Amino acid sequence: MLHAAFLMPLFPLAGFVVLLAFGRRIGEPFAGWIGTAAIAGSFVSACVTLAGLAGRSSAARSLTCSVSCGTAAQPHAFFTWISVGGLHVKAAILLDPLSMTMCMFVTGVSMLIHLYSVGYMKGDRDFTKFFVYLNAFVFSMLVLVLANNLLVTFVGWEGVGVCSYWLVAFWFHRDSAASAGKKAFIYNRIGDVGFLLAMFLIFSKTGTLTYVSVFAHRHLLSGGGTATAAVLLLFLAATGKSAQIPLFNWLPDAMEGPTPVSALIHAATMVTAGVYLLCRVNPLLALSPDAMWVIAAIGGATAFVAATIACAQQDIKKALAFSTVSQIGYMVLAVGTGAYVAAIFLMVCHACYKGLLFLGAGSVIHGLEDEQDMQRMGGLRRVMPWTFVTFLTAWLALAAIPPFSGFWAKGDILTNVYGKSLPLYALGLLTAFFTAYYMSRVFFLTFTGRERWRETAPDGRPPHHSPHEAPWAMRAPLVILAFFAVFAGAVNLPWVHVGTLDTWLGPVFGSRLFAAHQSAGAQVGLALGDAVVAIAAVLVAWRLWRRSATRPALEPAFLRRVWYWDNVYDAAIGRPGQALARAYAVVVDARVIDGAVNGAARLVRSTATGVRRVQTGYVRNYVLGIALGMAAILAFMLSRTWWS
Amino acid sequence: MIAAIATPHIRILAILPEIVLLGGAILLLAVGSLVQRQLRARLATVCTLVISAAALGVSLWQWADVSGRGPFTAVDHAVVVDGFSAFVNVLVSCAIFLTALVADGYLRREDVVGPEMHVLAMVSASGAMIMGSANDLIVVFLGLEILSIALYVLAAFNHRRAASGEAALKYFILGSFSSAVFVYGIALVYGATGSSNLAQIAGFLSKNVLASDGLLLAGMSLLLVGFAFKVAAVPFHMWTPDVYQGAPSPVTGFMAAVAKAGAFAALLRVFVSTFGVLRTDWQPIIYALAIVTLLLGAFLAVVQRDVKRMLAYSSINHAGFVLLGLEAASGRGVSASLYYLFAYMFMVIGSFAVVTVVGRRGDAAHDIASYRGLARRQPLLALAFAVLLLAQAGAPFTTGLWAKLQVVLASVDHAIPLAVVAMVSAAVAAFFYLRVAVLMYSPAADVGTVPGVQAPAEDARPLGSGAARAAMATEGDRTKAETQSEPLVGIGAPEIPPTRPVWTGIERNVAVLNRLNASLLLDGDPVTLGPALGTAARDSGETLDVTAVRSAGPLKVPPLSAAAIGLCVAVTVVLGFWPGPLTSFAHHATLLFLP
Repeated sequence: MLHAAFLMPLFPLAGFVVLLAFGRRIGEPFAGWIGTAAIAGSFVSACVTLAGLAGRSSAARSLTCSVSCGTAAQPHAFFTWISVGGLHVKAAILLDPLSMTMCMFVTGVSMLIHLYSVGYMKGDRDFTKFFVYLNAFVFSMLVLVLANNLLVTFVGWEGVGVCSYWLVAFWFHRDSAASAGKKAFIYNRIGDVGFLLAMFLIFSKTGTLTYVSVFAHRHLLSGGGTATAAVLLLFLAATGKSAQIPLFNWLPDAMEGPTPVSALIHAATMVTAGVYLLCRVNPLLALSPDAMWVIAAIGGATAFVAATIACAQQDIKKALAFSTVSQIGYMVLAVGTGAYVAAIFLMVCHACYKGLLFLGAGSVIHGLEDEQDMQRMGGLRRVMPWTFVTFLTAWLALAAIPPFSGFWAKGDILTNVYGKSLPLYALGLLTAFFTAYYMSRVFFLTFTGRERWRETAPDGRPPHHSPHEAPWAMRAPLVILAFFAVFAGAVNLPWVHVGTLDTWLGPVFGSRLFAAHQSAGAQVGLALGDAVVAIAAVLVAWRLWRRSATRPALEPAFLRRVWYWDNVYDAAIGRPGQALARAYAVVVDARVIDGAVNGAARLVRSTATGVRRVQTGYVRNYVLGIALGMAAILAFMLSRTWWS
Repeated sequence: MIAAIATPHIRILAILPEIVLLGGAILLLAVGSLVQRQLRARLATVCTLVISAAALGVSLWQWADVSGRGPFTAVDHAVVVDGFSAFVNVLVSCAIFLTALVADGYLRREDVVGPEMHVLAMVSASGAMIMGSANDLIVVFLGLEILSIALYVLAAFNHRRAASGEAALKYFILGSFSSAVFVYGIALVYGATGSSNLAQIAGFLSKNVLASDGLLLAGMSLLLVGFAFKVAAVPFHMWTPDVYQGAPSPVTGFMAAVAKAGAFAALLRVFVSTFGVLRTDWQPIIYALAIVTLLLGAFLAVVQRDVKRMLAYSSINHAGFVLLGLEAASGRGVSASLYYLFAYMFMVIGSFAVVTVVGRRGDAAHDIASYRGLARRQPLLALAFAVLLLAQAGAPFTTGLWAKLQVVLASVDHAIPLAVVAMVSAAVAAFFYLRVAVLMYSPAADVGTVPGVQAPAEDARPLGSGAARAAMATEGDRTKAETQSEPLVGIGAPEIPPTRPVWTGIERNVAVLNRLNASLLLDGDPVTLGPALGTAARDSGETLDVTAVRSAGPLKVPPLSAAAIGLCVAVTVVLGFWPGPLTSFAHHATLLFLP
């Protein structure tokens, strides 16, 4: 059953190739069905593999596979990709509970969002192209997750990056979409530099890039701050991909892409790749407590900053985007604490409910003819009952209201953080308040209150007439995800100790897993605290936003403008960079480079005009040339005999 | 009492290609005088094609024989048959075949009937073959003279053109001088080693260490001078531009391919094989020769307006590349040189075939301006020429790239500066090849509508101008071709005045591109370009006779010339994509090299 592992990336690859070659001929909607079927195949393979992996003893669940499976000691690889000097990179699958968990929710959520896209992208000019990109994305994501070494992970890492770029800029005829795509790409490139440097560093110290070997030789990294440098460089890559401070600004702009893309790539899967990478290299993290403190602090700060910003957004997708940044901040906080299982737990739950939120938002946007401004929504619960109910569950999950999944996942993290550091716990709890508040605000603005879409907008746009519920292809994923949004918490309930995520993932992290051994009383107390904070925030939001849609006092420019983060970057980096480029264009390009080129040309010309004077046309001069040349050769030759 | 003269046993296969060519030439001469005048031209071409095909067949037979049974010497060890000589024979046979195709159209156009040109070409080619297979310095000299004397006549072949005669005279005087030097060299080597046989010299040198080797080294130097003259290495190159320009264009192509091949074959054999033990003595000289040859050839080609003259300097540059292989003095170097000569043969004969066609009647239109807009008038011809020029520049997917790559690889093992100089010269050379290519693909400027356009000073050069005008302008043997200056600018982007705003978007880029284009296409009229660039033509007397160019009518490509050009392009491109066969041919030719 483990042999199905290699089929996971193969299905989306096949879908990608088929759609790329014949997509235009296949056309709408069959191209979408083929794309969906490919991911469904991948999901089924993942389920079969999971069954196989679960059937093995917990100690024997780490395998290196190609079409067949071997152990870490005797890896089975598809092929040797690079073999240069001491660098041997093999393309192989690393199958362990961690990558298996990732594959399960990546393929599952992807499959639902593909299905949803068939409805959402209906009638789009580039319908087939959308599925080409989407299949390519899933393939890259699975390469990223399943790679058995850093370099192949990097291939997947870049693959998802470029798919993200294509999909953010999918409607590239809009200027905003095109520049958002560029922004996403450039921010990610900064992170990628960190990844590359980390690989160089790790290879130079350990002589290998394969995870198992790197971990086996990790003592070579310790000392002299090497491990700290490597971990922080990898963390830089993670901040780019997972939109953490200081590289989080691209994610809100990435909402220019179609909503299924936002749901799949920019909420459920790709943006969690950074967290996955950090969990994957957890043995290295254990070498550097300093780096872990940095990670935890950045995660906590990101969670808090993004949550406050989300409180003041008018655009429903932007609000959800900042919520994503904030939630990933929680995961990074958990990683920094050493609570890897809690991070993965939140990642899985978050994929369900945040994917659901985006799909619900997409349904609303779809029904309101591409309206994203929450000022122009309101009262939609009557016209969109399915969307309303499913969005409601996702809201409660994200707000961490018991017993929805978010409550358990976030509670798990906060319990661990409490054991690690009290200030970070306080920050996390404060963020939890803001989280429940902004999510409730989004919910109330969208589904309750006056039906503002019936009115003419302040800027004169006409009212929307007939909002409609989404077609079944879009509703079905909503319902399925809603089920998981409610019950996903069941995989890791704190009082169950058999067959949970903890016991499943535990062997991957081993003793490096931070275990906050709280007494049962303390655990209940912390959980109660979480619940009280969340419910209080919901009540506050209910009072403030149930009837009113405009409260400028609660949406200060500071928050609306993202803590002026973009402005700072623009002033500190953008403008000096442009000035520098201009200076280079004038000085270096025009003077030095062009000068060198023109100078070379001038040198050739002047040399040639000088030398051509010798070419007089007189035979006597030519003979003189021969004679002089002969004399020179003779002189050289004879000098050798006389002086040697 | 009459003493019996001992004649050596002669194995016919050893000299069969030469016999085929020489016998064919005599046969053709005899038959040519018997048939009707109208039939002569066609008959001569057909005969030459058949004879050269036969020579090619025989050469390949030699190759098969050598591959099977190994190299051997014949005619009392005066001639050697090995992979190397078979390779040269194949090369020369191909060259004579292609030249016959090109010459046919030329002879008809110039109204020169008769088999003489073909006959002379075949005789000359047999000389090159002899040089390739000579195993004795005297035989080398014999081949050299057979090759050269026929070439002197060929250069003077168009008796209606004064330039042709001037070229031949210069070639003859300088060639005689260098031959004399060469013979002197043979004498000194013989004096030092007691033999003129290459194998015996090598054997002598390997067994003895000369206490005073001044005589030998002096002889070697003189031999080198003789060879360097033939292959047109700087500073023995000065005849090249004048002769290449003055000789009839098909002859120029033949000369560039065959004379270089023959001379390089003998040079490689004598120096790498015979004088191999003395390589530390001659390598520095070749090193220096290669550097000046590479650079001067490329530099001077850049400032030429006359395409034949430009190609003459380019051939000097190519000779520098072949010297790279010689300088390496290794099997790899020799095989690279052989490959280079083979690839260059197709490129240069094809190029001069195009030049022949574009030159029109009287070999007059060789100014670079004649190529402007050629792509519009003759798209296939322009494409073929562009491919051949790019191949000479060493563009990928042509044999030119592999040729340059191999010699540079052979050289980079031990002489990195030399390899660097070679690459620099290739970069410089790319400019003048590309310039012609770009010109062909730029719109034909209607020069006639620009009032007062100065002539590109065609009249100032006795060589390469129309026959009548040349007759007027000739003053002694002096040619002013070299004193004329052309605008040359902007290999790179033009300078941007610092006061101009830089960030003005696409308009600026378009303007820069326009200026770049204008400065690249230096067929431009000196009126607009010259002063602006500070290099106005100094001696431009008359105005260009635009009407004469126009009234010449459409350009006609004779079918046989088209076939020759097509063959050359096909070989250049196909072997460029699929370099295996030719590289392994050159490689095996080197392996079967009889030391």
